[in-house]
Amino acid sequence: MPVSATISAGSDAAGNPASGIVRPDLAAATSELTRDDASLRRFLHGLPGVDEVGAEARAATLATRSIKTTAKAWAIDTAISMVDLTTLEGADTPGKVRSLCAKAIRPDPGDPAVPSVAAVCVYPDLVGTAVQALRGSRVAVASVATAFPSGRASLPTKLADVAEAVAAGAGEIDMVIDRGAYLAGRYGQVYEEIVAVKQACGTAHLKVILETGELVTLDNVRRASWLALLAGGDFIKTSTGKVNPAARPPVALVMLQAVRDFAARTGQIRGVKLAGGIRSSKEAVRYLVMVNEVAGEAWLHPETFRFGASSLLNDLLLQRHKLRTGAYDGPDYVTLD
Amino acid sequence: MPTKSSKSASADRVAVRKTYKLYIGGAFPRSESGRSYPVAGPSGELLAHAAQASRKDLRDAVVAARAAFAGWSGATAYNRGQILYRIAEMMEGRHAQFSAEVQAAEGGSEAAATAQVDAAIDRWVWYAGWTDKFAQVAGGSNPVAGPYFNFSLPEPAGVVGVIAPQQESLLGFVSVVAPVIATGNTVVVIASQERPLPAVSLAEALATSDLPGGVLNLLTGSVTELAPWLAGHRDVNCLDLTGVPPAGRVPLAEAAAENVKRVYSPPAFDAAADPGLSRLTAFTETKTVWHPMGV
Amino acid sequence: MTEIAKPETGFVYAPAPESAGIARLKPSYGIFVGGEFRPGRGEAVKTVNPANEEPLAEVAEANAADVEDAVAAARAAYDGGWSTLPGSARAKYLFRIARAIQERARELAVLESLDNGKPIRESRDVDVPTAAAHFFYYAGWADKLGYAGFGPDPRPIGVAGQVIPWNFPLLMAAWKIAPALAAGNTVVLKPAETTPLTALVLAEIIAECDLPPGVVNILPGGPAVGRAVVEHPGVDKIAFTGSTAVGKQIQRSVAASGKRVSLELGGKAANIVFDDAPLDQAVEGIVNGIFFNQGHVCCAGSRLLVQESIHDELVESLRDRLATLRLGDPLDKNTDIGAINSAAQLARIRELSDSGVAEGADRWSPECTLPERGFWFPPTVFTGVSQASRIAREEIFGPVLSVLTFRTPQEAVDKANNTPYGLSAGIWTEKGSRILWMANRLRAGVVWANTFNRFDPASPFGGYKESGFGREGGRHGLEAYLAH
Repeated sequence: MPVSATISAGSDAAGNPASGIVRPDLAAATSELTRDDASLRRFLHGLPGVDEVGAEARAATLATRSIKTTAKAWAIDTAISMVDLTTLEGADTPGKVRSLCAKAIRPDPGDPAVPSVAAVCVYPDLVGTAVQALRGSRVAVASVATAFPSGRASLPTKLADVAEAVAAGAGEIDMVIDRGAYLAGRYGQVYEEIVAVKQACGTAHLKVILETGELVTLDNVRRASWLALLAGGDFIKTSTGKVNPAARPPVALVMLQAVRDFAARTGQIRGVKLAGGIRSSKEAVRYLVMVNEVAGEAWLHPETFRFGASSLLNDLLLQRHKLRTGAYDGPDYVTLD
Repeated sequence: MPTKSSKSASADRVAVRKTYKLYIGGAFPRSESGRSYPVAGPSGELLAHAAQASRKDLRDAVVAARAAFAGWSGATAYNRGQILYRIAEMMEGRHAQFSAEVQAAEGGSEAAATAQVDAAIDRWVWYAGWTDKFAQVAGGSNPVAGPYFNFSLPEPAGVVGVIAPQQESLLGFVSVVAPVIATGNTVVVIASQERPLPAVSLAEALATSDLPGGVLNLLTGSVTELAPWLAGHRDVNCLDLTGVPPAGRVPLAEAAAENVKRVYSPPAFDAAADPGLSRLTAFTETKTVWHPMGV
Repeated sequence: MTEIAKPETGFVYAPAPESAGIARLKPSYGIFVGGEFRPGRGEAVKTVNPANEEPLAEVAEANAADVEDAVAAARAAYDGGWSTLPGSARAKYLFRIARAIQERARELAVLESLDNGKPIRESRDVDVPTAAAHFFYYAGWADKLGYAGFGPDPRPIGVAGQVIPWNFPLLMAAWKIAPALAAGNTVVLKPAETTPLTALVLAEIIAECDLPPGVVNILPGGPAVGRAVVEHPGVDKIAFTGSTAVGKQIQRSVAASGKRVSLELGGKAANIVFDDAPLDQAVEGIVNGIFFNQGHVCCAGSRLLVQESIHDELVESLRDRLATLRLGDPLDKNTDIGAINSAAQLARIRELSDSGVAEGADRWSPECTLPERGFWFPPTVFTGVSQASRIAREEIFGPVLSVLTFRTPQEAVDKANNTPYGLSAGIWTEKGSRILWMANRLRAGVVWANTFNRFDPASPFGGYKESGFGREGGRHGLEAYLAH
């Protein structure tokens, strides 16, 4: 079975893991542990459990960090640069997407110091429009695919969906996992789909949406995170934005622990994308604190951390303005899209 | 010297008299010191020579009590109740013997002695019933403000040192030891100094009641000599001073501070009173356990 | 992926200090006796901010004559109506106090952090709200004592003499005063010498709540004042929280005097981590267990007992986590580790830590810069600690963790119980039956399973063995203040 990423043990000279708490030796056993449902089950269920109350408490404590003045300014600009500005509506049109792209490149027309966002995220049929609109900018084009958001289609259909988006120029693919298969214990099927999609992506980066609101438990979030990472996902992503609850602090915590531990085991840094329901700067800054203190400073970069959002960007701009002028802004002082 | 109190049906027959010994770890040793002391009835007649325990006997008794603690405290409450009830059964069968010994020790009427034995037996039955109910009365769940299941329950404190009441030789003794062992403690008890014999006979009933050896360890002898060693022993968790007159309690209670013993020092002992819960409560600890509730 | 601009600087948290002015510090404080504030007739002592050694205020402490006055005032209040006041009326006074603490929560939190050195995050989120909750909880008991399981018509004991420590100054005052008043007793309370200020604000609150004079009397002072309170013949009940050594002295001094005593003393809790534990939460529990309040916690999880098979990875994770702890200004909202409360305590922590090194254990602390002024000690982890080592046996009362290993559940229980203390214990495992098996065998008054250092007014707290006797909190906490 192809494993897209080479697994190499991140360890010190004595062969001890550099960090982390995952016991099975990935370097030796990746192909073994992903061989079939039973092997995957042994590995995933051998990961340390997550005590939900403890995870909630840790997330709540991190949320008490008070980020002020210079730190807040830095965090807001960093958050802006991490936004995947998203429109995923049935009513999306080329006009709407072009407008969003303009905003993505220059979020605040009045202030060129505001960084561009990381990417614009659209359905596959609008990738071409976005590629054109963003040409010459540093903003990437991301496309959801694989029968987003439910994922209820055959594998060939999903792969065709991916191929279409990649052919149209998408640099990033946001796929959904088959939650039905996952919850039924068919881990091998989920794994193989991710591997196949990764192949179909070619050089495009792959974000794997776990849809944690449907996985429900934090144990599932941890296991699905590892499954996606083992299968070669460049990012693990919380949600489609179409299911409630979407991104929540304890879910983010567990996913950040997964990429931290995966890096400690393999030396590979993979990313986390939080999507759905993040609307305020306050929430975004709290998540950056969490990234900083759980995964580490190395993840505080758009290549390894993203917010999938639409309305968040305007709140970041409002807060940025407030910080610089000392006056509170109203919604009429930022552009709709 | 064996007891003189035993009677024989035939006037001609030379009776077999009993030797009154200590009861430690389920065995009946004489004092390691080899000492004994005369025990007299109310009119001064010699009843028997009782073993005069030494501090080394006391030390052995504490070791035996500690060794028995894990098993006894770990037994089911139902099992402890069965055994306490079995003690009542054993006493009932020897009712006449106990009545005679109580009357010999304390004087008074046969009816009074009989009533004391009745009450002593009934007290075992009372505590036998408490073994599997006390935790429900003294424990419970605590509604903490958070996603935690939290409950408190009483647990036996460990090894309890008891100085038994000096007057009521049998009912007094039963009233102080039964609540201690009902909740799973083990006990080292110094019997009434002047009236030890019914307690020693009770130990013989205990030995045939499925009560594990070491759960109850009985010393006879000088309270003044033994009690300070009991009070100061660091492997004894609690001290019951019921049998010590108020004037003698201060140095013992001071010595008990050596290892922060729980000291039970009731102002007076009334054998006839409703025993209530205070003696069960006095020798238990409250343990509180927290666990998160989550998925 | 297209190139994306990288933010220039790292995520450096700017200072986020609470304003010290919120504490409304006064230049001098006195004692509170019979409803009046007045200077004590003992020494005038400067209470200092342990984070910078600056004096905060002068406190005119009590002397023996003040103790006489306070006990007399408490007796007069007891006989004069408090003990016979309808429970529903006592309840309302306690509810008032609970609300008033909530109203002045921010002031109390800042004052507590100034006087004690603990991080504002803890005084704000734990000490002050829990103190208010404690009054709220016991307020509700005041008119329901007959239903508490201590007889149909339980009576108060009389005048309670209460001596509290410096680690949770306001919270300990609440733990002592609330159940005492609910049960109908009156109180003479001595706060710790280094942390008297929040108790004196609590006295203001009590005065503002119009409690009858003498129901609560507060006497800042040193050990001599505490001794005078404890040994006063007019005191019927003693409640002490502090060291085991002092607890033993108290127990001796009132032996067989007829005074009721409850003691909440030291601890050396084992925090036991099995190989199947939820490890990320276990790491948090270990950190919270020993570094909460700089380890100035009697129930601190100061002994980490870790299953040998996961020792190395757990210690590694723990070190990574400790590297994110922020030590510094207690008033900064982002501070995790504040100041050590006093020079004397710092000296003791240093002495015991040095003994750990001398006994061959490996000492580790994350890189952290200690402020130049004030009393500071870095979070410290000792590995390779043997059961016989002083740092595994003696209460350090500081941010120092000793790591030991075990192989089997029984060995974990044996090692955990192998101490004269018995206040608390922690268990980390995903296996339910093992939790209950362990909880059953651990000789400790509070067992936290898959959590640590949780406190609640409804939850009884107190020790086995040399950690003291009696319980505080919950229905059980009433028993210490009712005659029987």
